[in-house]
Amino acid sequence: MEKDFQEKTNKVERVFRDQENYPARLRPFPGMPACLYVSGRLPREDQATVGIVGARNCSGYGRHVAWEYARIFSDCGVQVISGMAMGIDGESHRGALQGRTPTFAALGCGVDVCYPRENRELFEKIPRTGGLISEFPPGAPPRGRHFPARNRIISGLSDVLLVVEARKKSGSLITVDFALEQGKSVFAVPGRVTDRLSEGCNALIAQGAGIAMSPEMVLNELGMDTYREKGQDKKNKIRLASDLDLVYSCVDFRPTDYETIIRKCGYPPGQTLALLTELQILGLAEEVGKNYYVRLSRHE
Amino acid sequence: MFSSVYSAAILGMEALSVQVEADVSDGLPMFSMVGYVNSQVKETQDRVRTALHNKGLGLPAKRITVNLAPGDMRKEGTGYDLPVALAILTALGKIPPQKLAGVMVVGELGLDGKVKGVPGILPIVHKARRLGFRACMVPWENEREGQLIEGIQAVGVKDLQEAIDWLKKGGKEVRGKAGQAWPLMTAEKGEKADFRDIRGQEGAVRATLIAAAGMHNLLYIGSPGSGKSMLARRIPGILPPLTREESLELTEIYSIAGMLPKEPPIIGQRPFRSPHHTISAQALAGGGRNPRPGEITLAHKGVLFLDEFPEFSRRALEILRQPLEERCIHISRVQGTYAFPAGCVLVAAMNPCRCGYYPDLNRCQCTPAQVRRYMGKISGPLLDRLDLCVETREPTYEQISGEKGRVSSAELRETVARVQEIQRVRYGDGGIQFNSQLDSADVERHCPLTEEARQCMERIYTKSRLSLRAYHRILKVSRTIADLEQSEIIQAAHVREAFGYRMMERV
Repeated sequence: MEKDFQEKTNKVERVFRDQENYPARLRPFPGMPACLYVSGRLPREDQATVGIVGARNCSGYGRHVAWEYARIFSDCGVQVISGMAMGIDGESHRGALQGRTPTFAALGCGVDVCYPRENRELFEKIPRTGGLISEFPPGAPPRGRHFPARNRIISGLSDVLLVVEARKKSGSLITVDFALEQGKSVFAVPGRVTDRLSEGCNALIAQGAGIAMSPEMVLNELGMDTYREKGQDKKNKIRLASDLDLVYSCVDFRPTDYETIIRKCGYPPGQTLALLTELQILGLAEEVGKNYYVRLSRHE
Repeated sequence: MFSSVYSAAILGMEALSVQVEADVSDGLPMFSMVGYVNSQVKETQDRVRTALHNKGLGLPAKRITVNLAPGDMRKEGTGYDLPVALAILTALGKIPPQKLAGVMVVGELGLDGKVKGVPGILPIVHKARRLGFRACMVPWENEREGQLIEGIQAVGVKDLQEAIDWLKKGGKEVRGKAGQAWPLMTAEKGEKADFRDIRGQEGAVRATLIAAAGMHNLLYIGSPGSGKSMLARRIPGILPPLTREESLELTEIYSIAGMLPKEPPIIGQRPFRSPHHTISAQALAGGGRNPRPGEITLAHKGVLFLDEFPEFSRRALEILRQPLEERCIHISRVQGTYAFPAGCVLVAAMNPCRCGYYPDLNRCQCTPAQVRRYMGKISGPLLDRLDLCVETREPTYEQISGEKGRVSSAELRETVARVQEIQRVRYGDGGIQFNSQLDSADVERHCPLTEEARQCMERIYTKSRLSLRAYHRILKVSRTIADLEQSEIIQAAHVREAFGYRMMERV
């Protein structure tokens, strides 16, 4: 146990502003930390970066979008930057880890502190290829005031900032403010006007942010070729039995509950539940709350 | 002169015979009571002395000693008044001693000599019959209760004079013959709460049916006002009617708790107990120096409904763990361990989060940590004992106004009876009654899977990283679903449905 800890702390590197390997992306801005602590490594200067931020308490839709976009960015050689928080942040890192390019997290605590605890797996996986970055010394606990500060590092390290889901008064909008100050372009994923979780994003779009209707739109901004995924829509090509297909069509990207699905598909309750389980086994649906299901189409 | 009268005490669920001895001798005039009596019983002497006086039977200026034997058992309650009075009268020679042979006496006295009712008559009369007594003298208001037992005469007396007269003459008009009152009392009362009243909730009704059929413990999760209590309240109505033995057992419990209804004094319907979430651990489990049945025992053979599950005190909930498994609860006191039956179905209801709307993020304002904390209030081991978990949801307007998908309690009751009969045939007298009672060894024996079902189970097991306990739970529920579908072997569809009812994992 002790040894583990030793190893981890040993890996923490200090990078000063006057050193050559200090991120060039941060150099032009005033108020950037004089010293960064890094576990793993820093983003490469010759590869594009996209910051993905959003609500911690996000919806299944947001989770899905964050994961999918991050994976595609990563596959196209874009380094995904985020904050390893719950919700959108964590999901972006997870998606990015599925791709080919390392991902980086800017933390509001020491790089040897795992916060939140639920993201232990990210805390361990990210530094293997990418890195955890913080201006706070090892051992620093997560404090409320640290987070707005780390947001300026997320935006600073990103060439483009993408907001996936944000409420009207969201911490993600602080990151957006930093990004605009730093002259970065900001993209937002549009949402339904009735969803509170999309109010922040839709407001950003109204103010002139880019609309991220697909990952390609962000990639274009970075001057990259339009991306075509090999075997796209693979899942949809799986032929489902007609009853399964009907139930699948009743499941939405936002959590749909069991009673609603029964009503829509018209099967008796027992059978509906059995079919929903089948969808989960096939990886086409997920139970997010008790008897609330969301549609999945991602590859795992 | 010395005399003795038989009475009885209630210890836990059991009645024990107590000998009330009285001696009147020369000496300084006094009245003393011995025999490990508590202060409640000590008051007996004042009531007896005054009652006798007011009936014109004043005590002579002699030394009166009353002993309640056995002396090592603590006596409680007010039921010793009448036997003490009769023992003294016998000792004074006012009643011939042989008249009291084979008679057990219980009852409280008023200062005017009236006999008042006491709790626990049914088990006392039951005990008297088993001990071979010919009659049991009980308060008038408990007469009908005593008459539920066949093979012994239960004589209800209104006052002290009537008791003396009955003993002297032998024989008195009784209201009914022993055991005769039975069919009249159990005549089914029209059940008011019917499943027809439930709108929508098709999934939850289905889960409720499965729970009732296999006596599985059930948890409803749903937003406020979505009909959780409404569903739970209707569960006793779809369980098969009580048999005579079950009804007697329940009536004994309620008799001991002093909670029998006046008219008729019998529990003919399955109980539905719904204690408030501020209940103490003792009130839930049973307690007291001389333990009395708690809510879990009062819900025996019926439903114990815990609304707002996470709001119950942790200590109270943890107590439920062992009795839910063993179907009885043991309460230990210095004087011994008392066992109370606790064969109830636990039905719990809770909101999905503090505000009640998770995972509808347009309405739910809770942070993920708050949602987790709310779920975390219930300990894992207790959640492990709930076999089914289902969501409830407010019905849509069409469902409120429409008739579609509604079933009546009568239909459901028929199905439940059919499935329980299948289980009875399968398990015979092996100590298991319902699928929910299968342990891990039984699960393997009684839950055969088709090849397809086995593969399905394997995929579920590996994909969802189930615990062994959860795995067994899914099998038990699949067993009940297969019984519902009249399939001896469990099909893949049954396993899949059962998986859908598994306990909500920690978010």
